[in-house]
Amino acid sequence: MFSRILTSALFAGAAAGLIAALLQLVFVQPVLLHAELYESGELVHFGGAAVTAHPELPGMFSDLQRDALSVIFTMLTYTGYTLIVVALMSIAEGQGHKIDGRTGVLWGLAGFVAVHFAPGFTLAPEVPGVAAADVFARQIWWFATVATAAVAMWLIAFGSNLISYVIAAVLLMAPHIIGAPEPEFFTGPVPTEIGALFAARAFGIGLAAWVLVGSFAGYFWQKEAKHTEAHA
Amino acid sequence: MTTQTLRASASRTGLIPAVFAVVLGLGIVTLAGHVQASALHDAAHDVRHATGFPCH
Repeated sequence: MFSRILTSALFAGAAAGLIAALLQLVFVQPVLLHAELYESGELVHFGGAAVTAHPELPGMFSDLQRDALSVIFTMLTYTGYTLIVVALMSIAEGQGHKIDGRTGVLWGLAGFVAVHFAPGFTLAPEVPGVAAADVFARQIWWFATVATAAVAMWLIAFGSNLISYVIAAVLLMAPHIIGAPEPEFFTGPVPTEIGALFAARAFGIGLAAWVLVGSFAGYFWQKEAKHTEAHA
Repeated sequence: MTTQTLRASASRTGLIPAVFAVVLGLGIVTLAGHVQASALHDAAHDVRHATGFPCH
């Protein structure tokens, strides 16, 4: 059972992670590099003169080592997530729920809400250079929010009574009503236009990556089942 | 209930392997996304920002 989880999660996570990494390099990295020009002070917002919105950016794949590390760590991150997703799928299947590439899309949407959208609803994806509270405090809030949102998504999917939906709604809202650690002062030098575009792009690629994670996880989970039966 | 049937029922419900996989997955995500050791942070920097993790 563990090897079936491991095998299907490795295939699904590596594939989804690779696609996510390439999407990030094309759509998110240019925005990040643009922000870094302000973070480093090379460009100054609201200085004496207006600043062009289209400065010369380092070309795509100009720093191969940096990009390669990003690809590796994106694949690692999504493989980690996929291990969790496949493990939960195995439990759900044991309870009689259908798991395949199609139902996996719903799992992916739920995963996106739990680990991207729920924490990002208050701690929006940060462009480099923004003001933020202590990283450790934010990480604690991040993990707590992801955990409560994940339980909420499970209750919405598999709890089939009003009480579980109400508990789910409370779990989804509570971290945001309690509030996340926020900075005392705003010191970010990056224009708001870049910050907003970065957050939007990070969410968009996160959604695409998670739909792939869910669908691939469901697909490989079934494929591995047939494989195991054939060799049994 | 003998050890054998216990073992069989544990593997049928699959709870133990699932828990192992969740722990392994959490460990990987924590290492790639959250540990602040500077070598890891620098290598994963862009990914942490793009994936919406609290970075620095």
